[in-house]
Amino acid sequence: MLRYLQQRFIAALITLFGITIIVFAILRMLPGDPARVIAGLLATQEDVERLRVQLGLDQPMLIQYANFLGNLLRGDLGISARTSQPVLDEVMARLPATMQLAVVSMLIAALIGIPVGVIAATRRNSILDYILSIITLFGVSMPVYWLGLMLIVIFAVNLQLLPAAGNEKIESLILPSLTLAAFSIALIARMTRSSMLEVLHQDYVRTARAKGLRERGVVFRHALQNAFIPVITVLGLQFGTLLGGAVLTESVFGWPGIGLLMLDSIFARDYPVVQGVVFIFAAMFIGLNVAVDVLYAYIDPRIHYG
Amino acid sequence: MAKSSFADPYSERLHTARDLWRRFRRRHSAVIGLALLLLLFAASIFAPVFMPHDPEKLKLSQALIAPGAQFLLGTDHLGRDMLTRLLYGARLSLTIGFLAVAFGLAVGLPLGAISGYYGKWVDLVIQRFADILLAFPSFLLALSLVAMLGVGLQNIIISVGISAVPSFIRLVRGSVLTIREQTYVESARSVGVRDGRIIWLHVLPNAMAPVIVQATLNLGSAILIAAGLGLLGLGVQPPTPACGSMLGEGRNYIFSHPYMATFPGLAIFIAVLGFNLLGDGLRDALDPRLRHV
Repeated sequence: MLRYLQQRFIAALITLFGITIIVFAILRMLPGDPARVIAGLLATQEDVERLRVQLGLDQPMLIQYANFLGNLLRGDLGISARTSQPVLDEVMARLPATMQLAVVSMLIAALIGIPVGVIAATRRNSILDYILSIITLFGVSMPVYWLGLMLIVIFAVNLQLLPAAGNEKIESLILPSLTLAAFSIALIARMTRSSMLEVLHQDYVRTARAKGLRERGVVFRHALQNAFIPVITVLGLQFGTLLGGAVLTESVFGWPGIGLLMLDSIFARDYPVVQGVVFIFAAMFIGLNVAVDVLYAYIDPRIHYG
Repeated sequence: MAKSSFADPYSERLHTARDLWRRFRRRHSAVIGLALLLLLFAASIFAPVFMPHDPEKLKLSQALIAPGAQFLLGTDHLGRDMLTRLLYGARLSLTIGFLAVAFGLAVGLPLGAISGYYGKWVDLVIQRFADILLAFPSFLLALSLVAMLGVGLQNIIISVGISAVPSFIRLVRGSVLTIREQTYVESARSVGVRDGRIIWLHVLPNAMAPVIVQATLNLGSAILIAAGLGLLGLGVQPPTPACGSMLGEGRNYIFSHPYMATFPGLAIFIAVLGFNLLGDGLRDALDPRLRHV
């Protein structure tokens, strides 16, 4: 197993290396003169030249990349063109808000999605299963940002129960996290259902039933544990999707996380910050995938790696 | 050799289109999805014929009229008929969806096939490439690319398309890995058919079933991503009607005129729902062995 984890770790490092190339390219591939684009049309030629030197754009590409990589290893993501603050500081200041939103949404998604999937699977082809599958189908087809706006209309405008924006109060978390969780709830429920259905047909489940175990014991002790494995993969992948969806959700609810930071930076042409956010997002996602792989190796005793 | 004549499952299956339709028809949800999409296609294609309003011309005297008899879905903040704009917008959304998925297929299919067929270091390189693209949540990837390339129809299609590439690479590679070991591929190879020909004539057609399903489902997500970009103001630029940017405009009037955000979202929802239903139905019809998720 150690060798398997080693392999996964090396693969993750290679991916991370590839990501640095893409992130590096974001600024350099800007159409026209990147320094001019970032400085804006109103900047004087001297300003543009100063920015070019500040960003290192006057150097050969390979040297630029070497510097970029070297700085990255020291935790230096560059300087924001807008605020002149280190990009890492800007990102780190906003990261907790995004993590709060993503973690709460993930919990909601798992706590609702998994039970719904189990219920649907154990009552296969019943009216309840049918209704649940329609709801989950709607869930995966619905634009999350639209759901967010509709929740605002219902709960903030009409019922005036919950705040429409901001993150000052604890209630402010409810609408954004429900919005962000919706797609994942539906996907996890669908995944759990199909995974459970597959497991419920296995011999060991029949054996458990045959030896007279109560249905509840069969479902929870024997079936669910084995059905969990694909569900965990989806949970891991969903966390990444949640982070991506956070950009839209944060925009809809004015939630001051790194998604909103990225958007503001895109519109302000603050590309160093855009680079920083993209890198942090991707690095978190890779780290998460490695964590899922490790978890896999622990949970599934049938898998012997390497 | 004018024609490669090794019987493979694909050639035999060519005659079973009717069989396929029979299996597809059995699933009511799939038929509903197809009907939904056909209706949407027809409405958006023929919108210029039966809609009396202009989708782009401003008429401020008619701004923000609530849904009613005169304007079924109301008018927007610039006095344009919402229904007309939505139908034109749906046309654009569908076009972006199809072209983006086509782009994803054009890049992902050959890469996946080569990766699976040749294996070894070619496989390794292509798979690492897919890994790198997969390390970005697809919306974030499209967003970063648009931020880099700039807005505009072509850039949106490319950005959304690239975000679909890695899933196609993975899927095709997986299928090709098993197909490559089949007897018909081996027979073709043993009589000296060139690799490119084998991949094109024997391997790819047999790997298509899951690809068609995935592409259908990807159409839905491509529309969702493109509309998300539109909402953020990074989609097709005004005054061209697009569901996403209409939703973005509606958002500014969410407290006073909520219908302006409700309908564009509903239109996107219906399109994505249609593709998801169709994709599930196709999965059952094309390959009963595939697990229904």
